[in-house]
Amino acid sequence: MPDIKVTPLGAGQDVGRSCILVSVGGKNIMLDCGMHMGYNDDRRFPDFSYITQNGRLTDFLDCVIISHFHLDHCGALPYMSEMVGYDGPIYMTHPTKAICPILLEDFRKITVDKKGETNFFTSQMIKDCMKKVVPLNLHQTVQVDDELEIKAYYAGHVLGAAMVLIKVGSESVVYTGDYNMTPDRHLGAAWIDKCRPDILISESTYATTIRDSKRCRERDFLKKVHETIERGGKVLIPVFALGRAQELCILLETFWYRMNLKAPIYFSTGLTEKANHYYKLFITWTNQKIRKTFVQRNMFEFKHIKAFDRSYADNPGPMVVFATPGMLHAGQSLQIFKKWAGNEKNMVIMPGYCVQGTVGHKILNGQKKLEMEGRATLEVKLQVEYMSFSAHADAKGIMQLIRMAEPRNMLLVHGEAKKMEFLKDKIEQEFSISCYMPANGETTTVTTNPSVPVDISLNLLKREMALGGPLPDPKKPRTMHGTLIMKDSSLRLVSPEQALKELGLSEHQLRFTCRVHLQDPHSDSDTLSRIYSHLKSVLKGYAVQHLPDGTVMVESIVLKVSSSGEDPNLKVILLSWSYQVNVEVILQKRPLYPSIGVTGVTDRHWRYT
Amino acid sequence: MNVMKNMTKRQQPHEEVPAKKLRLTKPSKSAALHIDLCKATNPTDALQYLLSFARKPVEAESVEGVVRILLEHYYKEVDNSVRLKIASLLGLLSKTPGFSPDCIVDDVISTLSNDKSNQVLAQLLDTLLVIGTQLPENTAVTQRLIEVACKHLNSTYFGVRNKCLQLLGCLGTVDKPLTKESEAGTSIAPLRDVQNLISDYFGDQDPRVRTASIKAMLQLHGRGMKLQQTAYSQACKLLNDDYEQVRSAAVQMVWVLSQLYPESIVPIPSSNEEIRLIDDSFGKICHMVSDGSWMVRVQAAKLLGSMQQVSPHFLEQTLDKKLMSDLRRKRTAHERAKELYASGEFSSGRKWADDAPKEKVDTSGVNLIDSGACGAFVHGLEDEMYEVRIAAVEALCSLAQSSPSFAEKCLDFLVDMFNDEIEEVRLQSIHALRQISTHITLREDQLDTVLAVLEDSSRDIREALHELLCYTNVSTKECIQLALLELLKNLTKYPTDRNSVWKCLKFLGARHPTLVLPSVPELLSTHPYFDTPEPDMDDPAYIAVLVLVFNAAKSCPTMPALFSDHTFRHYAYLRDSLSHLVPHLRLPGRKQTAVLGSELSEVGSGSLESAQQFLQESLVRVSTLQNLDSPGAQDLLDFTIRDLKRLGELQTELAGSADFCATYLHCQLLLMKALQEKLWNMAVPLCLKQNAMASTAAQQILEETYKLEFLYSGLETRQVATIHNVRLQAKALQLILTARTKRGSPLIGLCEKFLQEVELFQRLFMSELPHFQDSFVEKLLELMPRLVACKPLDLVKILQTTLRQSRFIHLKLPEQIHRASATIIEPTGESDNPLRFTSGLVVALDIDATLEHVQDPQTTVKVQVGVLYPDGQSHIIHPKPGDFRTPGPGRVRLITQVYLSHSAWTEPCQIEVRLLLAYSSSSSRLAAPKPAWNESTEGLPTSESSVEGTINLSKPVKVFIMPKPARR
Repeated sequence: MPDIKVTPLGAGQDVGRSCILVSVGGKNIMLDCGMHMGYNDDRRFPDFSYITQNGRLTDFLDCVIISHFHLDHCGALPYMSEMVGYDGPIYMTHPTKAICPILLEDFRKITVDKKGETNFFTSQMIKDCMKKVVPLNLHQTVQVDDELEIKAYYAGHVLGAAMVLIKVGSESVVYTGDYNMTPDRHLGAAWIDKCRPDILISESTYATTIRDSKRCRERDFLKKVHETIERGGKVLIPVFALGRAQELCILLETFWYRMNLKAPIYFSTGLTEKANHYYKLFITWTNQKIRKTFVQRNMFEFKHIKAFDRSYADNPGPMVVFATPGMLHAGQSLQIFKKWAGNEKNMVIMPGYCVQGTVGHKILNGQKKLEMEGRATLEVKLQVEYMSFSAHADAKGIMQLIRMAEPRNMLLVHGEAKKMEFLKDKIEQEFSISCYMPANGETTTVTTNPSVPVDISLNLLKREMALGGPLPDPKKPRTMHGTLIMKDSSLRLVSPEQALKELGLSEHQLRFTCRVHLQDPHSDSDTLSRIYSHLKSVLKGYAVQHLPDGTVMVESIVLKVSSSGEDPNLKVILLSWSYQVNVEVILQKRPLYPSIGVTGVTDRHWRYT
Repeated sequence: MNVMKNMTKRQQPHEEVPAKKLRLTKPSKSAALHIDLCKATNPTDALQYLLSFARKPVEAESVEGVVRILLEHYYKEVDNSVRLKIASLLGLLSKTPGFSPDCIVDDVISTLSNDKSNQVLAQLLDTLLVIGTQLPENTAVTQRLIEVACKHLNSTYFGVRNKCLQLLGCLGTVDKPLTKESEAGTSIAPLRDVQNLISDYFGDQDPRVRTASIKAMLQLHGRGMKLQQTAYSQACKLLNDDYEQVRSAAVQMVWVLSQLYPESIVPIPSSNEEIRLIDDSFGKICHMVSDGSWMVRVQAAKLLGSMQQVSPHFLEQTLDKKLMSDLRRKRTAHERAKELYASGEFSSGRKWADDAPKEKVDTSGVNLIDSGACGAFVHGLEDEMYEVRIAAVEALCSLAQSSPSFAEKCLDFLVDMFNDEIEEVRLQSIHALRQISTHITLREDQLDTVLAVLEDSSRDIREALHELLCYTNVSTKECIQLALLELLKNLTKYPTDRNSVWKCLKFLGARHPTLVLPSVPELLSTHPYFDTPEPDMDDPAYIAVLVLVFNAAKSCPTMPALFSDHTFRHYAYLRDSLSHLVPHLRLPGRKQTAVLGSELSEVGSGSLESAQQFLQESLVRVSTLQNLDSPGAQDLLDFTIRDLKRLGELQTELAGSADFCATYLHCQLLLMKALQEKLWNMAVPLCLKQNAMASTAAQQILEETYKLEFLYSGLETRQVATIHNVRLQAKALQLILTARTKRGSPLIGLCEKFLQEVELFQRLFMSELPHFQDSFVEKLLELMPRLVACKPLDLVKILQTTLRQSRFIHLKLPEQIHRASATIIEPTGESDNPLRFTSGLVVALDIDATLEHVQDPQTTVKVQVGVLYPDGQSHIIHPKPGDFRTPGPGRVRLITQVYLSHSAWTEPCQIEVRLLLAYSSSSSRLAAPKPAWNESTEGLPTSESSVEGTINLSKPVKVFIMPKPARR
């Protein structure tokens, strides 16, 4: 049996470093190529040596697909393509292709320029890597090679985030990347058609969460910010430079406008301006509202939000600062946090998920003293709030997607093992499909039952239709007569006559005969006429004929009577019928033999005529 | 005024030259077609001929011939597309009014059995469908058509099956089985009705046929057939179809069945419990609110609103996303689900790390997540498409109206919707909240969210919110203060909202007197010991506060004790200037002259009945006047008119009726004066002055009658007829006057026209004639044969005597008459700053006006904006249909822009802007409906007496403008 193999190199029972290998129908595909936020050593990149010990990856991979521009989904891309070596196609959507290099460059700067790491990819490598990228459009089917095709669907996680359907022949896999089933202020909801894939590989970040309505969350968020501002505190919102940041910006921007607030809002990083530029350009990837109103005013042209300068952090008075990175593990957000942590008037709002090991994770878990580099400790006095704004589907959303796509198997990645377990149970119980959650490096094999397409001759099909009966139900199998011809690599279903003609064979007729022994003192012809009259009386509605050549015909069944040599009273009745379905129907419907005293069926043999 | 009249005149079109009528005779039409079709050498040509033929109308009498020709060609034609077109033409022709298509049924059916092309077959069936719908009473034809449909149902082409199903849906009946099957015996199942037959195709392989079958079912339902419940489970299966149009139709089907059999019991699959059908279907439709296609989502959300019989606990589930269990299992499961939630199996995402897995709860047997109703509205309200959100808000609103407890629960959700990103949704949710506000009391935090919307820059939103606040109940004193504060803020930010804010405070005060009471000293800034400065009376904010306080004081007698002296003075002033906002208060120990007027009005308002009685009595009194010449008649009319006018002022409910009567009587009075004896006995040259007087009277009467006809709503045919009678009298008077002053030929034309009008009257008001005994019209109609025959001068003589002898008709009042009126709110006309613009270019003037009791301002009567420049130039501007909004019944709001332009002036001058009501007598409510596009207008009598004109609807507003010469 053919099967599909899925091996996560990253994101298996874990969040971060998404990298999943899929081999389907003899094709090997790498889904995402991300880095891990929690590590600064070799563990941050997926272990590509799993694929090949030495030599280039090009020979082992047919294509690489990147779902969106977050670094945990694309951070290892230049490393893989340039340093390990991969020259095949890399697929991503247009916005991802535009924004991805900005983020990679930023990431490189932090690691190389700030931390002074060596043996890291260079700017040139990022550029070279991006040259290998083939852009995708939504719902566009792209033929990677003759057999492998991919198609992108809207995922609603960040600008340009996509889910991909990978199809080889009739086997298919859907990889969701990160997705969101509830629309927000700037993105729509994920959508997929009923593609019924063999495996649906879904993220499961919020496997055990069913979130409140987003309006409640928005209101809470705005209220918390507003209150802090009113009592003169400062609000720090750590965000990833792109994605949630824009969402929160739009939210605060409209709120500031409505409430006529004067406190400044700053955005910390320079790369945002570049990225915002792209946000303004890729309006078609946003939600209905922004798409409809951008002619009057592009929502991404912020009026209240200004660029941040490092010196502003010490300014007195209230302010709101968006700073990167989102998990407080490095960079500007951590610097600002250090400055503000001591004041209980201030507040930090974590708008998304935090990976274990980051400062964000620690403070969310209530840690009051943090150990910093150089053995310094930092006391955390400011308020720590968590507000789930990350655009991941919650448990209900995941269920909704499963219902939309109707997969045959489910595979969970990008989540914590314990929570996955919970969701896995739910899925298996709810949809009665098998659900897998492989760990990193563990291979899941799913056997598939691919359908084999067969060409059917039109004549045969028409003949079948002409036979009448209800029209074929597409959901139910139906039997029909025909001959399957396997020639070269093509399969054809044709009518028997045509098959015989093509193969140059002559037709053989199959007749069944059957002898019934009967004790009857009458002469042969008398017996025959008695049988004839009996049949005539029993089988009303059938054509029963007594032919002059001493046979009785019931429809197409021939009856002959002869007396056996030894005993004249023992009559042998010879029954003969050709292979026809309706004959059996008659025989089954009317029990013939008992009524005329059958002694027993002696023999039954096949005879070719 | 004179200029305005000129303007009106200019509006009237010149007499139209009667067009020459050409009538085609019957043979020519079909013959022409025949020739054309014969000429056609190839199918393309034939198709062209047919297409151009289809554009022309065909008279009823020649249809038959045309059909024969078409059929003849049909038999000869080999090309499919031409046959298709002919088939479609047959359908089109059978729709011709006056043509009975039963004669072509046989032909079409016989062609149907001969044709091979599937497309043509489908088109022929469509033609049969048209024929069938034209002949709903003819059971024989219907029966035959159903047989035909059954025969073609097993076609291989989806279009044919579609049309067959459509035919069955449009013509089939469920109560009797199809006879055809029992006779022919071709089918296996002998007795099957149409519903069964249609439902076979629910499982068709083609989604279009599946859709058609459900639609046919719905069609059956729409025709009043009772569908059987068996279809329910089938329809439920189709909810999971792959195709959106099937799902969409299935949702409708499920809804229809839920309305038919709400109380019947259906089993829950995978359990042995049972449930009411309405609840089951509610759950299923709720499920569709999270469908993949937004069209289906919109439909599902819309339908939810009308499922009011659903059990309350299902209803409440729709607002709770987390009650994960399938609550269809009655009590026990319901409680279990709550425990599940309480045990923290799922986190809400509002707190960090509350989603850490706890010990496992036994979840076996409880069907999680895939439950229907859970959180349907939560999903619907945060849907991506605003269409879905609006539908959800509407549904929420209509469900809440029937269930107070649900209204309480959905409050938070609706309030949340005030922050939606799309204005339309915000507006809709504000309206929704207003509609359910009788059930609810807003808490302070909710009010806070609501009031935040007052800063919205959209005027519609703010006004909707004011409207909402008028109906809102709040719970605490703080809420009132909060509301007042926000409204005052609103007032300073958007001064144009003045009226709306005041009105809002009026209701707010009247609704919560006890909550206002404790904060009165603070509101009026009075102090127990010190005198505080007197606030500025012209400050809109101060007026707003006073409106609130005075309205609260109306039902709170202790409040006036807290007022300071100037408050009383201000009360008197406001009571006079803003009487619609400030109620009458019984102030202790004060008898001031200012109060006198209000007391009077209170006497008036004391009893509506007495006022009505008074009105009736006055009318009866006047109706005793048999003859117009009787002594004292004029005085009586004079007094009555005066009384009625005053009554209208005092009693707003009766203003329309009183005004109407007064105007009518005024017409009579004018007529009476004009017909005074001595005037007519004098020789013509001697009474030029009187003549002039009479002719102005006639002119005035005419104008008044148009006002009577078009300005008042709620008139019945009888009143309209009465008005027309007066108009005829006035026209007769005019005719007589013309005859007296001028001699010559034009008289003949005028007489003819007059007679035509009399005839028209007879045509229109045939049924009303019995009420017109001894009236002018009745007499005229009696004399009609003589009038037609005699010479113009004799006619005039007859008219003169009839006019003088005719009786005064007693006016019978209908139930409710409203006078259309309009007020221009913006511009106010108070501004001294001229609107400057470069001459030759345009400047836009914003106009905001409310229209009351104007029926259908876009269609029947047309509201226009008239602009009059100081040099007598006038313009009429037609507002766009989109500029009219309807905030409430009987009220229309016109917000539009008027473009002004003029050549340069040396100094700013005022222009006059007013609203006009354009009418034309042909658009009278009683006139025949306009012919459809394809009916020829040739045969119809052109409305020869169509008079067009305008009536002033509002007081003019003066606007300073200053066109400056362009700088070079």
